[in-house]
Amino acid sequence: MSASDVTLPAPAAQDLLGLPAPAFHLAMLVLAAAAFGFILWKRARLLLQGAPDPRLDRIGTRLARLLFLGFGQARQPRYPAAGVLHILIFAGFLILSLRSLTLLGEGFSAGFALPGLAGRAGAAYASLKDWTALVVLACCVVAAVRRALFAPARYHDRHARKSHAREAYVILGLISLLMVADALYEGAALAGSGGAGPRLPLASAAALCLGGLPDAALGVLHLSAFWIHNAALLFFLCYLPVSKHFHVITSLPNVFLLDLRAGGAVKPPRHGAVDQGAAEALGVGRLEGFTWKHLLDFYTCTDCGRCSDQCPAYATGTLLSPRMISIKCRDLAYQCFPLLGATVPPEERPALVGDVIAAGEIWSCTTCGACEEVCPVLIEYVDKIVDLRRFLVDQGDVPPSLQKPLAALEKHGNPYGKMARKRGDWAGGGEEGGSGVRVLKEGESADLLFFTDSCVAYDPRLQRIGQALGALFGAAGLDCGTLGKDEVDSGHEARRMGEEGLFETLRDKNLEALGRRTFARLVTADPHAMSALKNDGYGLAQPILHHSQLLAELLAAGRLVPGPLGDERVYTFHDPCYLGRHNGEFAAPRAVLSALPGLRLVEMARARSRSFCCGGGSLYLFSEVECEARMGELRLCMAEEAGAQVIVTACPFCLLNLEDAIKTSGREGRMEVLDLAELVVRSLNRGVVG
Amino acid sequence: MEIIVCVKRVPDVAEVEVEVDRSGRALERQDLAYGINEWDNFAIEAAVSLVEAHGGRSTAVTVGGPEDEEVLRRALAMGVNEALHLCDPAFAGADAHGVALLLQRAIAARPFDLVLTGAISSDQRNGQVGGMLAALLGIPQVALATELKVENGRAVVRHEVEGGLERVVELDLPALVSVQTGINEPRYVSVRGIRKVADQAIPVLDAASLGLDAAQAQALLAQVRIEELFLPQRGKGAEMLEGSDEEKVLKLIERLRERGGL
Ligand code: SF4
Ligand code: SF4
Repeated sequence: MSASDVTLPAPAAQDLLGLPAPAFHLAMLVLAAAAFGFILWKRARLLLQGAPDPRLDRIGTRLARLLFLGFGQARQPRYPAAGVLHILIFAGFLILSLRSLTLLGEGFSAGFALPGLAGRAGAAYASLKDWTALVVLACCVVAAVRRALFAPARYHDRHARKSHAREAYVILGLISLLMVADALYEGAALAGSGGAGPRLPLASAAALCLGGLPDAALGVLHLSAFWIHNAALLFFLCYLPVSKHFHVITSLPNVFLLDLRAGGAVKPPRHGAVDQGAAEALGVGRLEGFTWKHLLDFYTCTDCGRCSDQCPAYATGTLLSPRMISIKCRDLAYQCFPLLGATVPPEERPALVGDVIAAGEIWSCTTCGACEEVCPVLIEYVDKIVDLRRFLVDQGDVPPSLQKPLAALEKHGNPYGKMARKRGDWAGGGEEGGSGVRVLKEGESADLLFFTDSCVAYDPRLQRIGQALGALFGAAGLDCGTLGKDEVDSGHEARRMGEEGLFETLRDKNLEALGRRTFARLVTADPHAMSALKNDGYGLAQPILHHSQLLAELLAAGRLVPGPLGDERVYTFHDPCYLGRHNGEFAAPRAVLSALPGLRLVEMARARSRSFCCGGGSLYLFSEVECEARMGELRLCMAEEAGAQVIVTACPFCLLNLEDAIKTSGREGRMEVLDLAELVVRSLNRGVVG
Repeated sequence: MEIIVCVKRVPDVAEVEVEVDRSGRALERQDLAYGINEWDNFAIEAAVSLVEAHGGRSTAVTVGGPEDEEVLRRALAMGVNEALHLCDPAFAGADAHGVALLLQRAIAARPFDLVLTGAISSDQRNGQVGGMLAALLGIPQVALATELKVENGRAVVRHEVEGGLERVVELDLPALVSVQTGINEPRYVSVRGIRKVADQAIPVLDAASLGLDAAQAQALLAQVRIEELFLPQRGKGAEMLEGSDEEKVLKLIERLRERGGL
């Protein structure tokens, strides 16, 4: 039932402050639209100055993701309580938007109905909207109580200088006000006409409260509620872009404009630039250096804290909290691009890197991607952090602990500074004790090329992964070769440390070495190397596999026949960030594990895409980040909670970090960590013996 | 202020098993990677930041073959304004005195207020060039500087002296200061940084332009000749402990007990 059915005066038919209602309403609307347009235009100024970022390819995929992640709110349930509340309020918002339009229409003509929402459809919608309003009101109350009394720890960020809680209450209050005002508007009408009933629960409840009031009082209430509703609605609209609730406007576009490039890829220093090295300065040293989409990210951040809640750097007490990057950049953007007054010229601003974001924050990130995986509005962090690092590197501002391995990469092709000539030594030259992997000379060929990358080539513990794999390839009868001294580091870490030029140099050397040998497929034991070879512009024609994928294939085909492990201990799998989250491979390692007879396997609470970084690979081993706890040790606790004594991983750095954590936390003898390949070798040996 | 900084390209032998070549007088170069002498890196940073603070010009100089130009490029990428390459086949085999002599001839022909060198070079570890160069230039020198300030035409230098002492001295410019590592935090040189200075011209000075007769240069520059270069035999007294870390520690304790060390 709509308000027009009753005898109470229609808002559009009344004069207000000496003006006919439609004229007054129009003035209100124009004012609000002007204010809203002005604010948006001011906000857009910065976006227009951002760096280019092509985001309009593959429209179909974008629409599908918008439907699933935006309208479908697919990431909300990762935090069940907040998620359900948000889904309900968001759905309510969509449903009630029609109601809001209708009420705006009623300011111009009495009994206004949207096309298609007259008659029976209108009545059905009226009931739906009333139930929705009830639910939304209830959600607002629950959300406010929760925030006030049971706020989750993630709401307060360790590094936050101010809280945005007040904004949250203002918004919850405004939404509640809209619900109540509409309920009173309708309730007054219902009280006058006696049309209350369960079809309209909220309005009927209001009517019940208003029962017995004289018609004149009901009339005044009806009209006031209407104007309050519409005024509050227009205020709400203009308040959004000046608060953290800008996301109400920007999040759906932000989701539509998501990054569709391959998971592990890093953006080029500048999109569309032919010569990346030609720019005067590289990387992002001030706001306008970010791409326009990354600036839109800052506007869109809801300050929900989920990214930092998942971030291993935050969990270990480093300077970094990804959410604060967004919040601080947004504050800086609002300060330098104010709504009123001129843009602050760059030289008068606080320095983006240094004053606003400390170098210590920038170097603390392991690029694990946990923040991006959880963010409900798809805000990107890794690319931004790499861009900030590029700036630091270009300025020569690199911590001494990282300068050494970077210089060693440049000189020797590996971060340890070991001799290039010794790179193939782990394979044992195909002699006794060798691994079944040949070192290929130029012009030679093999079915399978094993890309070792620096760590497996040089680190004595990690060489054993290479040797285990070599043994497995041998057992499966594969013809496998490696580049030996002609291989250099994949450059994965160099690139993520912001040393783009060094990465390019390394990549080109590898491409040259790879180009001089023939092979059908390439395999590597290091997910970072796999990710670099696949996603960082190597452009190889051959398929690139991670060893878990190849082992799964060999086991499935019966080319490797495992035996019972005869181990009573409980195993768990630690998903390496660059295998799982960044490259979407969760199934292959699990397929390998389930092919091993008698293996007792449990999953950690943070498994698959929610995996918790071990501490990071390659150059992170050299960096000295100030922290309170070690990521590896936290991960061991998670494995213990799951009841596991053995952690299987599929990345050399995870192995190193976790093994180190076992030692430093005094868990030696109680816990073990090993690579998937090593486990398969064990199982194979049992097979032969048993 | 005019600052000259002397630099050298050296092999990186930190993590490398070095081998002597067939002549028995030099290292097997084939598998070695080269780069800037670590001490010189600090000297360059000192030069660049002094010019940043006080204005003026810094110039990097090296004595060496064509391949040694690499360290000059690196210095340019770090921010020195100019570079000078003292390069002539006749300079081959120059000893510390010879290098100092060449540097002196190049530097004396230019205006300068401050000459910086690294305290030593990681390949020769003589630590002689700085002192000899100062003497040849006829200017005072402070060695092993751990802090360097320039004020009112004077250098204030904190430096290490024997016995773990440190001392602050003051000297009028022009002067020569040889710097110790840790005097500053040298900036990082990115690959792109090097590429950016790839086209900057680096003047090359040969024997003739330094007023030397190429034919006689050798005799003057290389008065100390290497007779033999070798890795010392592992002494008899040394014993390598084998086993896991724990076992090694236990064995060590045992040995120390046996010999009355504990
Ligand atoms: S990528 Fe990982 S370490 Fe970096 S900010 Fe995100 S969650 Fe934190
Ligand atoms: S970046 Fe995303 S997850 Fe992090 S606070 Fe903002 S909206 Fe939440």
